[in-house]
This record gives sequence, C-alpha cells and structure tokens, in this order.
Amino acid sequence: MQSTLCILIAEDSPADRMLLATIVGRQGYRVLTAGNGLEAIMMFARERPHMVLMDALMPVMDGFEAARRIKQMAGEELVPIIFLTSLTENEALVQCLEVGGDDFIAKPYNSVILDAKIKAMDRLRRLQATVLEQRDLIARHNEHLLNEQRVAKAVFDKVAHSGCLNAPNIRYMQSPYALFNGDLMLAAFKPSGGMHVLLGDFTGHGLPAAIGAMPLAEVFYGMTAKGYSLAEILREMNAKLKRILPVGVFCCAVMLNLSFQRRVVEVWNGGLPDGYLRRGSSGERIPLRSRHLPLGILDASCFDDRYEIYPMETGDRIFLLSDGVLEACNLAGDCFGEGRLLEVFALNRQPDLLFSEIQQALSAFRGEAQDDVSLMEVHLMEEGQLPHSPLIFSDSGQNASLDWSVSFEFRAETLKRFNPLPYLLQLLLEVEELRIQGSVLYTVLAELYSNALEHGVMGLDSSLKRDAQGFAEYYRERRTRLANLCDGYVRFHLDLRPEGKGGRLSIRVEDSGPGFDVQRMLERHALAEHLSGRGLKLVRQLADRCSWAPDGRGVCVEFSWPARHNPADRPSAQE
Amino acid sequence: MSEHLDPSVQALLREVMEDEYPLLLDTFLSDSEARLHALRQAHDARDAEALRRAAHSFKGSCSNMGAPRLTELCRLLEHQARTGELTPVSVLLAQAEQEFAIIRTLIESERQRHP
Repeated sequence: MQSTLCILIAEDSPADRMLLATIVGRQGYRVLTAGNGLEAIMMFARERPHMVLMDALMPVMDGFEAARRIKQMAGEELVPIIFLTSLTENEALVQCLEVGGDDFIAKPYNSVILDAKIKAMDRLRRLQATVLEQRDLIARHNEHLLNEQRVAKAVFDKVAHSGCLNAPNIRYMQSPYALFNGDLMLAAFKPSGGMHVLLGDFTGHGLPAAIGAMPLAEVFYGMTAKGYSLAEILREMNAKLKRILPVGVFCCAVMLNLSFQRRVVEVWNGGLPDGYLRRGSSGERIPLRSRHLPLGILDASCFDDRYEIYPMETGDRIFLLSDGVLEACNLAGDCFGEGRLLEVFALNRQPDLLFSEIQQALSAFRGEAQDDVSLMEVHLMEEGQLPHSPLIFSDSGQNASLDWSVSFEFRAETLKRFNPLPYLLQLLLEVEELRIQGSVLYTVLAELYSNALEHGVMGLDSSLKRDAQGFAEYYRERRTRLANLCDGYVRFHLDLRPEGKGGRLSIRVEDSGPGFDVQRMLERHALAEHLSGRGLKLVRQLADRCSWAPDGRGVCVEFSWPARHNPADRPSAQE
Repeated sequence: MSEHLDPSVQALLREVMEDEYPLLLDTFLSDSEARLHALRQAHDARDAEALRRAAHSFKGSCSNMGAPRLTELCRLLEHQARTGELTPVSVLLAQAEQEFAIIRTLIESERQRHP
C-alpha cells in the first residue's frame, strides 16, 4: 500500500489557496500550502511532496522559477507540476512547459477535472518510479553478476592454470574470458612425464557454460596426477558431467594423451571440429575426427572411451580448434570455414609459422575481434627438453611404515576394465622416500605392466610396431584380444625393507604368458630403434637392479635409497 | 444577484468548503480589497506590468468565487495593461471598484446566512 499522495499547493491568493487546498484535501490527499515560489521550494525541500500545483504569477519568486528549482531538486524522480493558470497567451504556456511543467489547470477550478489530472499525473509518477527502480535493480544485478564472474574466473584460473599450458611444446590462442564462452583448455604432465591435453567447449554462454568447467578441470588434473589413463579420465569426466549438468548442457571435447617416451599420441574427440595431426617430415595431414558424442550426454554404461593411437615423431604437430574458429564471421556474414583453414595448411612452408599463419588468416578474415575462438598447437619434443613438474602431495608421508610386503593378482575380468597402476602407485607413494622417485616408479610400473599384459597374457608381438601401419594393427589387435580375454593373470609383489639408513623396494611382476627368450629380447632391444624397443631398455636404465626370471615369465626390479645418483640427472626421468 | 455573484457557484463552494465556507468568504473579501488597492497603486504609478499581473491574479480569484462581471472587468484590465495604453484603465478600474462594492454587499448578506 502506497503512502497517501502528498500535494504541495503554491498560490499567492489566499482565497484560491484555501479553496484548492480544501478541494484536494477532500479528495483524500495530504495537502501542503505555500504563498509564493520561495515558500514553495523551501516546503518542497523539507517535505518532499509527490506533486505540486503551482500558480504561475506569484510575488517574491514566481511559479516558473520555483518549478525549475523543484525539478532540479527532484532529480530523476518524477515530481509532476501542474500549473494553475488562466494564462491564455501561448508564450506563457510554452514557458510553463519549458521550466518542466507537466500539465495545466485553468481557473475557475473544477474538482472533477482537477482530481482526474491528479490521478493521471500520479500514474505517470509511479510509472517513472517503477522504471527507475527496475533500472537500478538491473544495474545492481548486473554489477552482482559481473562480480560473481570475476570471482568465478579468479577461482577457476587457480584451478585451470595449475596445469602446464605454458609448456614449451604448447601454443594456444584463447580469450581471457573464454571461460564464459564455455571454452576450456587444460594440460597436465602425467606422473610418467607424458602429457594430457584437453580442449573443451561447453554449450551455452556465461556462468551456466562456465560452471561445468570446474569439476571437469578437477577430474582432469586430479586423475592425471594419480596416473589414470586417458580412457579412465574420459569415463569419469563424462559420468561427472552427466550427473551434475542439466539436460542440454554438455561439453564437446578433444583429449590427447602424449607419450614422449613411447612416441605415440592417443586421441579421443567427442563433438569438436576435426583436429589435425600434421607430419613434420612429409607435411601429411591426418584429421582427428570426432567419433563420439560430447561429454555429459551418455550414461556411464553407454559411454565409449575408444580412442585412436598414432605414432608421433619430433616435429609432428597437432592442431586442435573450437568451432569458434570455423564459425568466425567476416563483416559480410561469411564463416571462416574448414576450406579456408585447410588452405592455410596447404600454403604453409615453414611448420614453425603455421600457428601464427592461422591466427593471421583468422584476424585478416573477420576484421574485428571475436573472443570465442580457441586454437591450440601441441608438438612432440625430444625427451628431456620439457621441464618436469613435481608431483604434489597433500600429506607429509612421514607416518608410513617402511617394512612390509604385499602381493596382488589381477585376473582376466579385472585386466579388461581396471587399471591397477594408480592404485599401486598411491600405495608406494605413501612412503616419503619414494616420492622423489614417483615418476620413475610410475614409468617402470607402467612398462612392466604393459609388457606383462600385452606380450605375456595376450601374446602380442611387439615387432609389429615397426612401422606406422603395423602400429595401428598392433593396437587394433590389442583391443580385440583384451575384450575377449577370459583367463590369465598379472601378479605384482611389492617388498619394502629398511636397509642401513635408507631402504630398498623390490617389485616383481609375473604373468600367465608362455615366457620369452630374455637374452634374445635384450640383444634385439640394444640394437633396435624401432617403435617397440624403448620400454625394456628404459626399465634397465631407471631401476637400480633389473633381472628376469629364467623362463621369461617374470621380472624383478629394485630401487634403493638414499639414491645412488640424483634421479634428476637421469635422462629418462622424463618418462 | 446572478450577474454579480453566480448562485450555482456559491452552492458548489458551500458544498466543497462545508464549515469553512464563511472563512472563504471573509478571505475573499479581504484579499480582494488588497488586490483592488494594488490595482489602484499600479494605475497611479502608471506601471502597466504591475497592473497586468495584479489584474491577472484578481481575475483568477474572481472566477473561482463565481463573480462573472468582476472577472470580465479584470480580463479587460489585463488586456488593456498588456497594450500599454493606460488611458481607458481609469474607467475600467472605477467600474471594477463599483462592481466589488456590490459583491461585498451580496457576500456580507450571504455571510449572515452562514455565521
């Protein structure tokens, strides 16, 4: 309920003033009176009436001047001023309007018309008040929203930039407010020294688009640090987004797993435009097609984590892009499109310049800045060229015991769908002395496990991986055999003992395979530089001792500490 | 009395003002005397602008009180003052003073009916 409308009457004739005050008062309004313009503005300043009935000709200060000053004091608020006048000259009427008068009423007063005019002006006044209120409300909401976005961005930057987007093998182009366009770039070193990279594009804009980025980044970084594989991380991200995002909000994404040591890249693309793997040597361009629905759509049970594997050499480059690149428009409304992008690829002569050539082509095309473009280039570097980010632990590790052993046997059904490495690694990294060797331990465990599983349990022949074609064949076969696995096992025996001032860890891995000719294998690896040869050689470099069971069905490696040499000096500490 | 003081307007004013009707009449009488005095002063001083303003204001009051002849005389005074030719003003002013004397008598008898 609004308070009673308060009306100021400024009129110098006492009889007219009394008459008008009575009429207005009888109509239920609160009435203030003034005998001249000066009294009127003083009364206005003190009482802030809602409306003024103003005589034009008054002594001391006339109604025109008083009206001007009252309008000034009222500011944005509408205080209607109705001039009381029997003025007939047009000039005087114009003057009333010029000083801010809103209406006129002529003498003699007619109470019906007077009341109708007061009511009309009151409606106008309340309309203006509502408009101002809503304008201020919108301004406050907008300020609030911007503030929330600033906070969200600050929090998100802490999470997103905990990765290694600034690694020397990554170049990227992204608006600082990409988060609110739903674009997301993440990169993180794996414990083994390899790298996970993700380019994501959430549906929608603003906070709703940004909101999913946080949990996605947390899963990406958290699971990468713990040694989980590409497929496992994708599954978890999909399940998490599916659980928390409303229907219709999802994330188109492409994720890479770069392995510098094994010189391969795993690629999963769900809903983003084709990325490209561009060979440094031949200039060949391999499209990295989307073969999946975006993250956050499918139930966990339907999600497909199959990825493509490509061998990669130094100088090979991968380009990832959001659809903002292809949809960038010029002033005529044409899209940049895939054709123009491929033209830039085709015209390129110096691979190092390709990224900036794409940037230039984009900005030349669209003329003005658009901030929903995300573009990323990742290339393979020689091992050891990348700085290594240490693993981060939340506890001190000083409570762990140093004298224990444990054995695991992972059988066929488990091998099909469970990756035991993060689990084993976390167990070992409870021991503070082993943390400094975390990357090395992970690399060795990963090599031993994949040897046991692929060559031992599944009987795959690593010599297949000699060339790119055989390489693809190898991984196709691996997938088929793993899916059909019904027996076999891989056993891990971990044994930890104190030794002098330090200690010793031995890891023994056995598998159900037929075994292999250890001596022949080692000789071949010593010579070979082909795609299969790097693993075992690496294990021998990394471990303090390494021995094979005579039947070739088991291997034992040992790590002692205090370390005999600084792990950072090992060339292989990268992977 | 109708040509001097409109009875329908008086009825309306009685209705609107209720108990304050007599006060309104008293106020009008004293205010009108002041205004006629101001008109006379402006006339004597040959101040056309002051005359115009005073006539204009008095015209408004007279119209509100339902005094058609006096209103008309004020209108003519205002008009004449605007032309700046003040010679006919003394006749108009004398007529206005005469008209007000009649109205005063009428209002005073009205006032006695509404003590």
